[in-house]
Amino acid sequence: MDLKTTEDVATEEERKAADSVIGSAPPSWSDGLRPGVGGRVILGGQRRRANLRHLLLPTLHAIQDQIGWISHGALNYVCTRLDIAPAEAFGVASSYSLFSLRPTAQTVVHVCDDIACRAAGSDSVETMRGHFGEPDTTDGQLTWRTSPCLGQCEHGSAAMVTIAGSPGVREVLAPFNIHELDTVVSNTTAKRPPTPATLLNQVRSELHLLKRIGLVDPESLDSYRSEGGYQALRRAIDFGPEWVIRELKDAKLLGRGGAAFPTGAKWEAVAHSSVRPRYFVANADESEPGTFKDRVLIENDPFALVEALTIAGVTTGAEQGYIYIRGEYPLGERRLRSAITQAQSRGLLGDDIMGSGLKFQIEVRRGAGAYIAGEETALFNSIEGHRPEPRTKPPYPVDKGLFAKPTGINNVETLLSALEIISSGATEFIRYGTESSTGTRMFCLSGCVNLPGIYEVPLGTKLRELIQIAGGVTEGHQLTAILLGGAAGSFVGPDQLDLELSFEAVRMAGTTLGSGVVIVIDETVDMVAFVRRIAQFFRDESCGQCVPCRVGTVRQEEVLARLSLNAPLGSRQDELSLLDDLGSVMRDASICGLGQAANTAVLSAIEQQLIFSSKGNS
Amino acid sequence: MTSTVPISLQRRFDLTIDGKDVTVTEGQTILEACRQVQVDIPTLCYLETLTPVNVCRLCVVEVKGSRTLVSACSRKVEPKMEILTDSSRVNTSRRMVLELLASSVDLSLADDEVGHWMQQYDVHPERHGPQSDPAEEGERDRGHAGEHKAIDGSTAETVAQPIKRDNGQYLRDYSRCILCYKCVEACGVDAQNTFAIAVAGRGFEARISTEYNVALPESACVYCGNCVAVCPTGALMPTIEFDLRESGKWDPKSQTVTQTVCPYCGVGCNLELHVQDNQIFKVTSPLDHSTTSGNLCIKGRFGFEFVH
Repeated sequence: MDLKTTEDVATEEERKAADSVIGSAPPSWSDGLRPGVGGRVILGGQRRRANLRHLLLPTLHAIQDQIGWISHGALNYVCTRLDIAPAEAFGVASSYSLFSLRPTAQTVVHVCDDIACRAAGSDSVETMRGHFGEPDTTDGQLTWRTSPCLGQCEHGSAAMVTIAGSPGVREVLAPFNIHELDTVVSNTTAKRPPTPATLLNQVRSELHLLKRIGLVDPESLDSYRSEGGYQALRRAIDFGPEWVIRELKDAKLLGRGGAAFPTGAKWEAVAHSSVRPRYFVANADESEPGTFKDRVLIENDPFALVEALTIAGVTTGAEQGYIYIRGEYPLGERRLRSAITQAQSRGLLGDDIMGSGLKFQIEVRRGAGAYIAGEETALFNSIEGHRPEPRTKPPYPVDKGLFAKPTGINNVETLLSALEIISSGATEFIRYGTESSTGTRMFCLSGCVNLPGIYEVPLGTKLRELIQIAGGVTEGHQLTAILLGGAAGSFVGPDQLDLELSFEAVRMAGTTLGSGVVIVIDETVDMVAFVRRIAQFFRDESCGQCVPCRVGTVRQEEVLARLSLNAPLGSRQDELSLLDDLGSVMRDASICGLGQAANTAVLSAIEQQLIFSSKGNS
Repeated sequence: MTSTVPISLQRRFDLTIDGKDVTVTEGQTILEACRQVQVDIPTLCYLETLTPVNVCRLCVVEVKGSRTLVSACSRKVEPKMEILTDSSRVNTSRRMVLELLASSVDLSLADDEVGHWMQQYDVHPERHGPQSDPAEEGERDRGHAGEHKAIDGSTAETVAQPIKRDNGQYLRDYSRCILCYKCVEACGVDAQNTFAIAVAGRGFEARISTEYNVALPESACVYCGNCVAVCPTGALMPTIEFDLRESGKWDPKSQTVTQTVCPYCGVGCNLELHVQDNQIFKVTSPLDHSTTSGNLCIKGRFGFEFVH
């Protein structure tokens, strides 16, 4: 390839930030410039093959964290070090919302204004506006911007604070509190705010995936082992891959990320591939609005994910694993990194796991604010240092996944369910749930409910029971609807409380469990604003690759705006049929699940007469 | 045919296209299979010489058993596939794809067939409302990922914006850009390996851009013009052609195309000189030419001044 940069050069601080990921430049380089090259260099052969592109995202993070924005000079330096064309690196950087490509305030507060916080009545955005004026100013020490769901929905309001510096600060405030924000910002020693407590409102003996939460010290491997940790890995190694895969198949485990694909079949396909190397990825890019289950698991029981991914690795013959965690989970990321280091030092990861001779390593990769990166093939592109755009399937990840090699990828909850199956056995696992939806499932209860939080119940539990376990609808208020499955899910009405929460029953009812989101909505919630926020979400998070989603999400938002302002183009019926047509093309012709699901919640809200009807509150 | 067919390891198998049995070769795409039996599939982002990116979604067809429609340009044929190219689902999606593009992008200089498809599929872009005012210079290049201005729906948002004219060879009118990725592919691994441009931003704010939107002379661009050659909508255009059109002298009827061989080096690239009023306004090379596959370098593409 042909590499040419402009004459903008990086400052010493910017180079230092980049070098903290890439390593120092060769001694022959002076001031970050490749020696003896007049602006343009042709790269080929060995040089081209030593592909460092996968370091792009971590390097951009280092610069963003330490400098606060990514300047042209900094990007040029990164490109020269990693042999990436600047236009391509710019394309990558500009597709993530947590990267700034122009100078900005040292402190940036990302305030959640998404649907779960809305349903809970959060006024953080108004508070911020009152204190700091309009969002996204470039002058001054502090600026703020609104953010899609930060995954802190049980707290009812949330903000993430980033302060550039070395070391920089990344902290989450949940619930959001302006005084606590002052403390974080004014404290130059970067004292961390108290970690939000995870409350379990269930009897521990009924829990399986959550059973260690609150019992184990998330920072201590010994504590995890004393609760039975790493016995499952021992069994997986002793009994071998075929046994593990048979257990998963006998347990009939279906993926918990949204697509409900049989996990045993996926692991088997990777394990039986003839190609090496193979990879296994834990998808912790939990960004579906209203979802926070993976965060709770990772923050409180990080070793369980590390052990589960190790089992997946040794079973499928992958020697390198990745955990891709969203950039909005700094605490979870810290704990995972510490867990991995501890596991490595005790021979539970590395070149000879538990003395078996088996190899497995795990790297943590941090997302940078892109819902679409949670789509599995977009996630691979993100790790590889490309734009997080979904790929066309087939080929499927088990054939050509990360770095075009066979790859297994599972959601965090799926991996923890697999861990549970290996430690307690398939027979025990299928005691819970229904005939075809086995085991327990985590649900994220938020909005107008008395005890918002994480709940683990057997699949097949009725929606009514689940809401009752969470203390029921807020005192003195009336249930108007429930958003099931998140922004990509759909609304169900108060008349559907007897819905069984199993894969088959929700499919029959034309809805989805999605990522286990249950946002409870009462009459205080402005439904039109709520649905418009969903439409805005999809527009903002579309990667822009395919026409149906790129333009369709814009047109959908426009129709909703017109209808809510009572200014339809033509008749109201014309607008509704336009929405239908937009729904058809997005559902049928979009490349990935984002576009395909971008209209389901909107259409279900209209169908349920929650908006734009005489019955609705519009 | 009586010629000797080379023994191939590729399997041949049957499938149906719109109910008719068709024998295809393993590795073919659905699009190739359809074209082989004269079934017409509209495409925008597809070009024989580039890797299919299947982003325009105009070529979608229905495959029995598939939950969603599939893109004919990239999906490989499989035995016993039942393909429908003219179902109501297919036609709705094609109509809407064209409608979404026509309501947001200036398609007035797109290939002639686009106009025919608009009629064929009964496309009504005006359903989405009057078009929004053009963005100011650089406005669309400054967007922050995941954010956009609040809207009231009174106008249909478009990509309209001022033309980028920063060099003597060609200009970039991104009001006409449908984001088909062809120019990016031609600049990158599919032809030139220069990587001067890439897709930047995301969602509706996604755009073709140099790094930090620098002007082309500062970028890695080598002015091979291979991006101009593959652009299907006139977003990338030789400056001479643009000025002819602007001055009102554009006259397709008086134009001629002269075939010749590039006089510069010994490679022997075939050139097609597009001429009006004794002036070359554009140079192309045939897509099916074994040496060029339609690609040229700066000399062949733009180095014709000495002829005049």
